[in-house]
Amino acid sequence: MFEYLKRLYHKFGSPRYFYDLTGKMLPWLVALSVLLLIPGLIYGLGFAPPEKYQGNSYRVIYIHVPAASIAMAGYVMMAVAGVIVLVWRMKMAEMVAKSVAPIGASFAFICLVTGSIWGKPTWGTWWVWDARLTSMLILLFLYLGVMALNAAIENAQSAARATAVLSIVGAVNLPIIKYSVEWWNTLHQPASIRMTSSAIDPEMLYTLLTCIAGFYCLFGALVILSTRCEILSREQRSSWVKKLVGVS
Amino acid sequence: MAFETFADFMAMGKHGPYVWSAYGITLLVVVANILAPIIRRKGLVEEIKRKAKREQAES
Repeated sequence: MFEYLKRLYHKFGSPRYFYDLTGKMLPWLVALSVLLLIPGLIYGLGFAPPEKYQGNSYRVIYIHVPAASIAMAGYVMMAVAGVIVLVWRMKMAEMVAKSVAPIGASFAFICLVTGSIWGKPTWGTWWVWDARLTSMLILLFLYLGVMALNAAIENAQSAARATAVLSIVGAVNLPIIKYSVEWWNTLHQPASIRMTSSAIDPEMLYTLLTCIAGFYCLFGALVILSTRCEILSREQRSSWVKKLVGVS
Repeated sequence: MAFETFADFMAMGKHGPYVWSAYGITLLVVVANILAPIIRRKGLVEEIKRKAKREQAES
């Protein structure tokens, strides 16, 4: 068992194996995200019932909630990759961590913008310095900080180590985001989807879950696309990349 | 169907501009994230080819 895991780990640590495997996964992920997102969003926009108090403005949740979830999950991914970079010096983890940052930042941005647009008709304001909103804004800034640090250091390996430290330290923000709605009196509502009982209409719930699954597939596809570019860039001296491009 | 007519669907009961702008901005950000690696990949392939040509000319 341990031997098997060790072999698997070494396989995934190899850029060439990662490139081949993700090349096979990519079409499936793209297909899945299209098959989930298009019906999910159409249903959410036109078929799910309007919300009792918010009317139709609530339809923004079908992107807001998945984006928030992915922004946080992406950060977890980046921080875990950071640990692997620092402890085992795995090159593949460096590339994944670097690729996740701009994509995670995009989803954090989508979450903040859609939330703000929804807030105007619902709360009567675009923005409040509420614990949930502020901690989410900090998450976006952490992503931007990681990207800036990556861009500022020429040597890829030193850049990866420096950003790994920043992303691991920044992970302290994640539980703050998650529990902000319970620890403080926030204007933002607490979680509606729970394992035991969800405070949400089933028709809305299943639509939302479809959109969440679809956006996660999209996120996976985007991370893979970007990481494969990073592999090509960093492994361009190796013979397999030259062969792939068709120059030798 | 939650709406009677297409115009109702577009209007979203007075919330149209909010809902559609949120979806529009999301679409833009997602498209940018899809295009970025595709464009980068093209540039990388060209760069690798150019470097290989130069090395061949030198040797």
